[in-house]
Amino acid sequence: MVAISKIATGNGHGEDSPYFDGWKAYETNPFHPIDRPDGVIQMGLAENQLCFNFIKKWVMEHPEASLCSAEGVNKFKETALFQDYHGMPEFREAVAKFMGKVRSGRVKFDPDRIVMSGGATGAHEMVAFCLADPGEAFLVPTPYYPGFDRDLRWRTGVELVPVVCESSNNFKITRAALEAAYEKAKEANLRVKGLLITNPSNPLGTILDRDTLKGIVKFINEKNIHLIGDEIYAATVFMEPEFVSISEIIEEVECNRDLIHIVYSLSKDMGFPGFRVGIVYSYNDAVVSCARKMSSFGLVSSQTQHLIATMLSDDDFVDSFIVESKEQLFKRHKYFTLSLSQVGIGSLKSNAGLFIWMDLRKLLKEKTFDAEMDLWRVIINEVKLNVSPGSSFHCDEPGWFRVCFANMDDNTMEVALLRITTFMHKHNEAMVPRKLCRRASLKLSLSRRRDDFMSQNMMSPHSPIPQSPLVRART
Amino acid sequence: MEFTRKNRQLLSRIATNDRHGENSHYFDGWKAYDSNPFHPIHNPDGVIQMGLAENPLCFDLIEKWIRENPDASICTAEGLDKFKDIAIYQDYHGLREFREAVAKFMGRVGGNRVTFDPNRIVMSGGATGANETAIFCLADPGDAFLVPSPYYAGFTRDLRWRTGVEIVPVHCKSSNNFRITRAALEEAYEKAQRSNINIKGVIITNPSNPLGTVLDKETMRSLVSFVTDKKIHLVSDEIYAATVFSSPRFISVAEVMQDMDCNRDLIHIVYSLSKDMGFPGFRVGIVYSFNDDVTNCARKMSSFGLVSSQTQFLLASMLSDDEFVGNFLRESSKRLAKRHHVFTKGLEEVGISTIKSNAGLFFWMDMRPLLKEQTTKAETELWRVIINKVKLNVSPGSSFLCSEPGWFRVCFANMDDKTVEVALDRIREFVLQGKEENNHEADKSQARAQRWRKQNLRLSFSSSRLYDESLMSPHMISPHSPIPHSPLVRART
Repeated sequence: MVAISKIATGNGHGEDSPYFDGWKAYETNPFHPIDRPDGVIQMGLAENQLCFNFIKKWVMEHPEASLCSAEGVNKFKETALFQDYHGMPEFREAVAKFMGKVRSGRVKFDPDRIVMSGGATGAHEMVAFCLADPGEAFLVPTPYYPGFDRDLRWRTGVELVPVVCESSNNFKITRAALEAAYEKAKEANLRVKGLLITNPSNPLGTILDRDTLKGIVKFINEKNIHLIGDEIYAATVFMEPEFVSISEIIEEVECNRDLIHIVYSLSKDMGFPGFRVGIVYSYNDAVVSCARKMSSFGLVSSQTQHLIATMLSDDDFVDSFIVESKEQLFKRHKYFTLSLSQVGIGSLKSNAGLFIWMDLRKLLKEKTFDAEMDLWRVIINEVKLNVSPGSSFHCDEPGWFRVCFANMDDNTMEVALLRITTFMHKHNEAMVPRKLCRRASLKLSLSRRRDDFMSQNMMSPHSPIPQSPLVRART
Repeated sequence: MEFTRKNRQLLSRIATNDRHGENSHYFDGWKAYDSNPFHPIHNPDGVIQMGLAENPLCFDLIEKWIRENPDASICTAEGLDKFKDIAIYQDYHGLREFREAVAKFMGRVGGNRVTFDPNRIVMSGGATGANETAIFCLADPGDAFLVPSPYYAGFTRDLRWRTGVEIVPVHCKSSNNFRITRAALEEAYEKAQRSNINIKGVIITNPSNPLGTVLDKETMRSLVSFVTDKKIHLVSDEIYAATVFSSPRFISVAEVMQDMDCNRDLIHIVYSLSKDMGFPGFRVGIVYSFNDDVTNCARKMSSFGLVSSQTQFLLASMLSDDEFVGNFLRESSKRLAKRHHVFTKGLEEVGISTIKSNAGLFFWMDMRPLLKEQTTKAETELWRVIINKVKLNVSPGSSFLCSEPGWFRVCFANMDDKTVEVALDRIREFVLQGKEENNHEADKSQARAQRWRKQNLRLSFSSSRLYDESLMSPHMISPHSPIPHSPLVRART
């Protein structure tokens, strides 16, 4: 046996979890309206596919944005050679302007604080490397994006301590919860270096209200710890209340700006996860300087910087895009949640994100995570929807599921809704036999639960499972 | 960067140490260039950049291909229907066509003596990211790698900074053309063991940066057998593979392994398109390991630095075009050979020798005869003169951890032909004037009078002013007044 590193032999990459079963089921049997109408529908992927026609139209009308068009090829050489870790000035300016517009122009971002990274994935890791030593910890309110376990901890050696938030008050981040987590860390002899919030929230799809934000800023100042605001879903806020960024709050309350850092990306707001545009924006000069040096490990391709710089400098396009995107998300969200409520499925009231936080607690056989997993396997294998169970987000209460709604066309959405409706009718019948038989067209049989499983050994360098959640750099 | 006590407490050790390598005085050369960059018309007396290993010689071929292949872009009418699929594609396995094209390209660059497996192609954030990823996979904090010197200055950051791993240099000597001998490796290894340093592997750069030479089969075999004996890893950084412009040919470690008894689990290659294609901005780094566990691990880590799908798409198309690739590789070698020849001949004419090289984007210049004494201090003084008086930004050997003072790496590919002439003229004048200074001090008046007749003395060489006021302190480097062209500002030099 050849000795490789502890990082390599451990499982800090987070992929050895049972949640991959959902992905495997999807992989072996992916839905296709014509070729595979009974396949599994992917609802575990937080992608924003609703505005591509809008974007493509702009691309067609702006050939100079590409290095490969007749209009743009004269820039090919200088761009291909440009590897300066400061990033193209036009790129930084365009991104800074975009970030400001997404916050309705209430804040201005300084292009000189824009630092690139390998997607939001790289941004988070970079921030952890800058702010904490191995063995130190960040507080993270639950439920939170599962990728944080890898991004913040794997190669950095930093720990995460959950700030437990509860459904009883809509998962609000309370002062009490923060203090409790801080104490717990202390008891475990972990030095807390910062607090990481995701706002708008993944997986909840909610935004933090002003008071909560102010409370958070106060808390971190008192404890003299960092505040990292992951705001990658900022432009997905599709209805009131309006998004409030940390960048605004620090203008309103007393705060040590050296503690404030924002992680941003174009993966969710624009729908460009493939382009790997991650941003670290820090109010701390030393962190900007350090992160910039580190960005060498994950710069944005200059070809992509050029495209994005051109696109996001176009004020008309940006303004229209933001409006269009909100509209599409609003429509889709409304339709989806309304349809669900009609069959008695509720979800957390949300106004942002690419998913809903669906409440299936009453469908649980018992209030345990085992029961949640059982229900989840039914949803995957019988209802044939790949959704994400709340436990994968470290939710402290079983029965919640994150369901993505923006990564499919209208027809697929209809099929997904039909399946849910059907399942609920069957379930309701089973619960209360004489009720709700109206629209039942039962295509499902609830037998054969475990035959579709494949062993974990399918994952090898030679037979990859391309669609797994952590295969995607970000879910 | 000055760190206040408060900052030291607030930030990580990584953030407040200087293992990023940028606090070295070598930045002076860059600052001199930035504040006074050469331009043939606007600034003919400016500093010529010869510290940047870039390969811009074949962009005409690339641009022609681009014009003829609009479907390689997701933004053109021909490619737009792919825009959405590519923009949402974030799978860390990478586009299949991209991996296949890169594997094929690597095979061609190695003379088609090896076939590379697309399923072992793992992406990274440039070679910078690839080297760091390899270390994260192979070693724990406190472990060390043997690295033959002289070596690329960026290794200080890439291999060590965030990984906590150390470098133990294996000093190679000019007396045998900086050959990597088994004896030197063994000695370095034993010494490390005695000091309780845990050596996890060896990193070689082949073709070599800064030497521009390729490793011969014997040396390669000796390296592979050394690591197999010691059960340590071998990481071969082959990013200059296609810059070989004359014989002997490039031999990849992949080729050597084929007919040797060795443990394949120990062998890993780092590749990139930054030098061979001239695309440093596109951040195409590749980790290619023969070890399944390492491939798997590196692939998961690639999430931190994937290649933009837009760029994957373009390159998949470009590198699958066999005719284009064949033509490109041939032309690139030809042009590099020509440029190299012009320079080395020009230098020979004034008695400056360089190490005999057949690859890379630079040559390793021997300025030892011009040193006042054989010390690093004298080398640094000479270097400041070259920057401030001769006005060429070259890289002193000490920045490559060379154990012998007096060597300089001089890049020759990153400029046009006219600038080459200017650079050569300046070097000629400097050397000849320097020779005259020596003769003057030795009082050979006769010979001097004769030689002077032919001179066009444009330089004034006052040795008392070795330190120009234009030198700025490292503290100038701040987030708000960046120096854009510094060597480590470029992700790779």
